[in-house]
Amino acid sequence: MKTFTYENVDLPITGANKTDGTSWSIKERLWLGLSLKQYLLQLQRNPVNWLLLIIFSVGLPLLLQRYTFGLGSVTHASNDYPWGLFLGFGLFGMVPLSASGFLLGTTVTLFGREDFHPIERLALLNGLLGYFFAVVYLEVDLGMPWRLAYPMVVSFGPAAVLFLVAWHVATYLSVQIAEVLPALFEWLDRPALKTHIKRIALGLTIAGIILSTLHQGALGALFTYAPTKLHPLWLSIEFQWIHFLCSAIFGGLAMVIVSSTLINRYMHWRCGDAFKKSLDSLTLGMAKGASYAMITYLVIKLVALAHDNEWEYLLTGWGLYYLLEIGLGVGLPMILFAKGVRYSAVRPVRIAAFITVVGIIWNRLNTSIYCFNYQIYQEIPHWKEVWLTITLYALYFVVYRFIVYRLPIVFDWEESSNRTSPL
Amino acid sequence: MAEKTSRRTILKSGLAGTIASLFLRPKAAISHDIKRYPDSFGVLVDLSRCVGCRSCEAACNAEQKLPSPETPFTDQSVFEEREHGQRRRTDETRYTVVNRYDVPGQEHPLFRKVQCNHCQEPACLTSCFVNAYTKTPEGAVIYNPDVCVGCRTCMIACPFYIPTFKYSSAFEPRILKCIFCYDTRLKYGKQPACVEACPQEALTFGRRDELIKIGRRRIEENNGHYVDHIYGEYEAGGTSWMYLSNVPFEQAGFNTEIPHEPILDSVKSFLAIVPMVLTIWPALFAGFHLLATRKEGRQELQHENGREEK
Repeated sequence: MKTFTYENVDLPITGANKTDGTSWSIKERLWLGLSLKQYLLQLQRNPVNWLLLIIFSVGLPLLLQRYTFGLGSVTHASNDYPWGLFLGFGLFGMVPLSASGFLLGTTVTLFGREDFHPIERLALLNGLLGYFFAVVYLEVDLGMPWRLAYPMVVSFGPAAVLFLVAWHVATYLSVQIAEVLPALFEWLDRPALKTHIKRIALGLTIAGIILSTLHQGALGALFTYAPTKLHPLWLSIEFQWIHFLCSAIFGGLAMVIVSSTLINRYMHWRCGDAFKKSLDSLTLGMAKGASYAMITYLVIKLVALAHDNEWEYLLTGWGLYYLLEIGLGVGLPMILFAKGVRYSAVRPVRIAAFITVVGIIWNRLNTSIYCFNYQIYQEIPHWKEVWLTITLYALYFVVYRFIVYRLPIVFDWEESSNRTSPL
Repeated sequence: MAEKTSRRTILKSGLAGTIASLFLRPKAAISHDIKRYPDSFGVLVDLSRCVGCRSCEAACNAEQKLPSPETPFTDQSVFEEREHGQRRRTDETRYTVVNRYDVPGQEHPLFRKVQCNHCQEPACLTSCFVNAYTKTPEGAVIYNPDVCVGCRTCMIACPFYIPTFKYSSAFEPRILKCIFCYDTRLKYGKQPACVEACPQEALTFGRRDELIKIGRRRIEENNGHYVDHIYGEYEAGGTSWMYLSNVPFEQAGFNTEIPHEPILDSVKSFLAIVPMVLTIWPALFAGFHLLATRKEGRQELQHENGREEK
């Protein structure tokens, strides 16, 4: 894509009109303004696409196998570990990393920090896609995926935590769609529709905060159903929901840093001036927020240890593993974040963000799989389950990239009215 | 905010948010009281009487029309089976299993029957978000496959590792577990198939309250023979199936760390915050918004005033 932007002055598409004043057709917009031949050429040139091809060539048949022969054909069909990687990674891991939408939405819309505006849309998109794919993972994992809407329409179990998760994720998904729609409206040359969304932006943001607080917490609270199965160090009956909520705050921020870093590096042609110029300072701003959330998290982890009086567990093997997780997954990136903010250095912040994202996933996998059933045996997922998990993540990547390539997420759309006179 | 935020827009969006949250509000926080049916049935299992003949397994298999196993029910070698170092457990082909425990210092091996304990306040029921489980007045915990979504939270929540999932089916998966022979027997006040088949009277069927009295009496009359505890009288809030043992329960593979409160109790601390967040958050954050953007508003106002003066 980089080479084409040098060759053609019109590229990349940054607004409704070409430089000569004629407007891009929808088809051209979809093909990024390239001819079919050029489009295929740029696909082929990118080594990432070949990797994706390998993943999909094995993963898609596996997906077919799962839907024709049942979950048992791609997993170990364990009755002791009813939740495997699809939920451990896909639901419990993806959802905290998608807290970015509500966090940046709150910063910009609620607290009026307009300076974070250039990255707000990316955060919203990151949130929307993360949630959407958490539901995709769920659809692979559910025994009867065609009944996904049952808790909303057919039968209610309102005392269940999962009931709350289902309702909140569903409503929050619609909130996020509404929040990302303005980008689509711009791209479709329907800016008038934006005003409707803008009018309810504050309401949407507040709804987002409520729903996020509750369902991020609820995902943690799901594990309080297993007080005898999950290792006490990873389960705190009173504080589990705060742990999950608080870690989602720095998880979501770290994910936006990671995503914006990758986009700025590998899709530099796509980034708008505002995004490019402000990215470093915004990264530092988010790092500051993340490090505050991390210290809070460490403190409430400590409070939970003291409250449940679990000090003696720290001296066991599980305790060392617990300290390792906290130290590498939270402590280390927290120090890097703080250093980066202190010396205005972006590099340590970006490294820290990568570590944080891995740390969050590690924590969720520990909670849902590794430290679950700690008194009986360890479950090692079937290779097909691992491959399918990667396949779905690759699909997430493809959709993410598809949207960032086209919609005005990291650049500002030039409306046709702004350029009435042909240059 | 680019445009001016007037008090009116705040009120409007705040109101919209509140109304939305009223409609969206799941009634998760209201944890309902589960009726403890006084006349419900139960079974008292006496481990010291069981000889491991597996008649109950065979009876259950026939009654529930389950697939016949590879080895016949008379085969004693199944007691040596280990998967992941674990003894046999319930799965989609068997709702009850008998396991052998060789307890040091005991002449005879000990046998323990495993099946659904039919809790008074079942964790599977309370964790189910489509209400697929029902605790019947007779004491059985039954399952409705027509509404089940297959999320398997009940399997996470059950402290006894009882519900199993039919992983082998893509189109008709379901949860499978002992239902106390509810459809065919318990509904009519009859004892379940396994109890009927037991040649040793190791299983006693009756009203739960009566069974507790019988258990107490047995503990008293056989001075020192039994452990002074009826497993299931209080565990997980009390179960309909209960156990008597002549060796400490943990040596017969029982989890003695299961709390005496229902599993739901540990979830309540989260459920309690739900209404608070739903009611306090909208006002709180709308307030934050007013505070955070107040300066801007004032500046704009001064700006305008300044212009007017000129």
